[in-house]
Amino acid sequence: MIAEAGLAALWLAAAIALMQLAMAGLGLRLKHDELVAAVRPAAIVQGALAALSFGLLIVLFLRSDMSVVLVVQNSHSAKPLLYKFAGPWGNHEGSMLLWVTVLALAGAAIALFEKKLDRATLTATLGAQAFIALGFYAFLLVASSPFTRLDPPALDGMGLNPLLQDPGLAFHPPTLYFGYVGLSIAFSFAVGAMVTREVGPVFARAMRPWVLAAWVFLTIGITAGSYWAYYELGWGGWWFWDPVENASLMPWLAATALLHSVNVLAARDGLRAWTLMLAVVAFSMSMVGTFLVRSGILTSVHAFAVDPTRGSFILVLLAIYIGGALALYGARVGRVKAGQGFDLLSREGGLVLNNLLLSVILGIVLIGTLYPIAAQAMGEQLSVGPPFFNKAAGPIALLLVAAMAVGPLLNWRRDDFNALLTKLTVPVTLSVLVMAGTFAAAPGTGWMEIVALGLAAGLAVASFAPLWKRKLLRTPLFTWGMVIAHFGVAVSLAGMAADSAFTSERLVAARYGQPYYVGPWRVVLNGVAPVVGDNWSAVEGRVTASRGPVDGPMILLRPQRRFYASPPTDTAEAAISTRLDGQLYAVLGAQDTQGRWQLRLWWKPFVTLIWFGGGLIALGGALSLIGRVKRERRNVKRREEAEL
Amino acid sequence: MSLLLGLMLAAAVPADLGYSQIPDAGKEAQAAELMGTLRCLVCQGQSIADSDVDMAADMRRIVRQKIAAGDSPDAVRAWLIERYGSYVTYDPPLSWTTAPLWLAPLLLLGAGLWLARGTVRRRRK
Amino acid sequence: MKRWTLWVPLAVFVAVVALAAWRLTDTGETVVKSALVSKPLPEFALPAMVEGKPGLNRTDLATGKPRLLNVFASWCVPCIAEAPQLMKLKAAGVQIDAVAIKDSPEAVKAFLSRHGDPYARIGDDRDRVVQIGIGSSGVPETFVIDGQGRIAAQHIGDIREDDVPRLLKALEDAQ
Repeated sequence: MIAEAGLAALWLAAAIALMQLAMAGLGLRLKHDELVAAVRPAAIVQGALAALSFGLLIVLFLRSDMSVVLVVQNSHSAKPLLYKFAGPWGNHEGSMLLWVTVLALAGAAIALFEKKLDRATLTATLGAQAFIALGFYAFLLVASSPFTRLDPPALDGMGLNPLLQDPGLAFHPPTLYFGYVGLSIAFSFAVGAMVTREVGPVFARAMRPWVLAAWVFLTIGITAGSYWAYYELGWGGWWFWDPVENASLMPWLAATALLHSVNVLAARDGLRAWTLMLAVVAFSMSMVGTFLVRSGILTSVHAFAVDPTRGSFILVLLAIYIGGALALYGARVGRVKAGQGFDLLSREGGLVLNNLLLSVILGIVLIGTLYPIAAQAMGEQLSVGPPFFNKAAGPIALLLVAAMAVGPLLNWRRDDFNALLTKLTVPVTLSVLVMAGTFAAAPGTGWMEIVALGLAAGLAVASFAPLWKRKLLRTPLFTWGMVIAHFGVAVSLAGMAADSAFTSERLVAARYGQPYYVGPWRVVLNGVAPVVGDNWSAVEGRVTASRGPVDGPMILLRPQRRFYASPPTDTAEAAISTRLDGQLYAVLGAQDTQGRWQLRLWWKPFVTLIWFGGGLIALGGALSLIGRVKRERRNVKRREEAEL
Repeated sequence: MSLLLGLMLAAAVPADLGYSQIPDAGKEAQAAELMGTLRCLVCQGQSIADSDVDMAADMRRIVRQKIAAGDSPDAVRAWLIERYGSYVTYDPPLSWTTAPLWLAPLLLLGAGLWLARGTVRRRRK
Repeated sequence: MKRWTLWVPLAVFVAVVALAAWRLTDTGETVVKSALVSKPLPEFALPAMVEGKPGLNRTDLATGKPRLLNVFASWCVPCIAEAPQLMKLKAAGVQIDAVAIKDSPEAVKAFLSRHGDPYARIGDDRDRVVQIGIGSSGVPETFVIDGQGRIAAQHIGDIREDDVPRLLKALEDAQ
């Protein structure tokens, strides 16, 4: 019953989306006020129905309803409640339903909360949103229904992949999807604006909070995903330039460029064409990512179960939506009037450089990810991985960090070079000192790490420069947001450089009681004992570690090798101890014929800064979002008061 | 006495370089960096440094043995490419097929700067 | 911005879609072929895997007459499936040598007694040294070696009935 209700809600939502599209299109064309007025309520109802459908899927999982194929394939009655709740999005069909639900809810949110935009553009936006939703509803209903029944019902399920049974990972997909699919709002806004040709500061101010919100979710999702991979996969890495990871990074790069570009459009009515293009590109990257992950054309540890027919369906949808938007761009943007001009050395100039560098990085990641396929078309098999991406995108990213330090210090329209140099004295001096110091203390360090550390130090100081000589409590919240977000980038970069330059690794065949050394730490394996959990059994090592004097404070690490029953898998649970200046990371391997246990140990100085920085970036974005919304409300109130 | 025996036993069984490090730290660093860029042939997108499967360990053993014997990382990479083609390395060797890939950053930067000139040139007279 | 540049993103997108569409029609497991096909076998010398059967050196494969080199293991399920075809090839007069991957003498002996023994020599390759040395990436694989010790052809996966004539032809061509 519940499954059928869920399916029915989905069909209804699709039907409403069709109506929404028709009413928006006809209403605008025929200038029919009543049709146009019905579009907003339709969007709200559509969102509610999609949410209901997804809610019912969750109920099916919580109740371990073994008469539904998806539950059987991905759940088990013995699973802990949290993972039953997260089960719906740990597979293709359920996560696709979540994707569509967020899309519908985004449309509902625009309908409910968007007050600034003119009626015509808003209607066109909701029409575009419905058009996109329709294609994905069709995909779900025709090719990937989560509600298919199993007759006769199974006795119990096949369980959830143990790698996914982790609290962090339980919430990683929804966060990411709010990000990816939240960018659809910007896409629809851009399409709406290209249809009605209303591109200007009002449009920019309307679009900005939605972009910020989606971007904050995406930042959190990527940061959390990186940390999850780091502690779960057991090899101490936090980014591998895997195709699925790249699929999450590309929308983020475009969205970062977009949120900066939209500021120029809002403040100076400049960069109209760039902003529209970035809004289209950002969600296009989300859709391309969805395609890459679910079609099987690229191999990845993160990919969903593969099906080329589903891949073809999504590719057709992509061709229609992205192709359509890009064609609209070519046709309409030539006639969008350019905004006000500006000097090369100006805030706008800095933001153009920002757009440019982010787009170049996006291009590099896209080309690198797709190149193996292009090579295959040319008859060759090759792999493109971290060595390429680090060498190609790394230097450009460092340039971007330098630009980030300088940009916020520039005046709008035109700035003076000498004045700028004065403002930069402290950051530049600090950068040079840090680089020299690192080189002196650790001459073997790679040049990119040294430059990165120097730039991180410089950016850390420069990001606070906009607050210099201001009354801190009267500084707008969105300025604080910028400061904290940029500072977060510096922190994260410092962590990345430290991890790359100063990590020590030791691989030993450990005997009980014998000391081994990694970095400044003295590590001893005291014993290995069996241990049991909810739905797993394991062997657990008792590892003690200390540094400094031999009888100094000891920390205890318990790395495990776990064995799950359903599905039968074994995984390594890393033991991580976080100190103020880094993390000690231990992984237990197999026992060899002499009774020694493989032990893999890392000492990673300052690695946590990577994700702490990511958190700061998201916090900065959230503060900016709140700040902008508050400022809008204040402006609206003042306008109303002035009119009275 | 037992410590001596233990050490003798340990010495008698040579360390398996698939699962342990080269005693020379400099060579191990070279090997570790190389292994992070070599692809595990039977995995879903992992380097041989990160993979748990035994074929990855066998490849690691060969890499470490060669580096310990004095081969340069580039020579070891070339040895593997000779056997498996460019698929085995995550660092695509420069050739006519990979030239567009390696030139892409410069080309994109150039194209972007050229496009941006149009945007910035529009100054207020 | 110049007018025509506005259409560049669409053009790039069309190219990407074309590439993706092409790839979709062509998905399958990525098969890693040996890059040493048409090249000489590298030097190697493997000890005997089971008693009573000699080990395998490179010189044993450069005798002047083309032979098959079968990469197998007792724990490999498709190897069981291809055993009858290998016996058929042996009956047709083909000389077959093998390297056993990550195996033990007892297990290989049991495998041979249960599924037949088409091999003249079996080398013990428990560290995959030779397997990696010739560019093989899995079991089972079969290599056609010509009389001078060059790899003439590689067959990946188990040998099916319709592969037998193809292998026989490859052996003939390698004369």
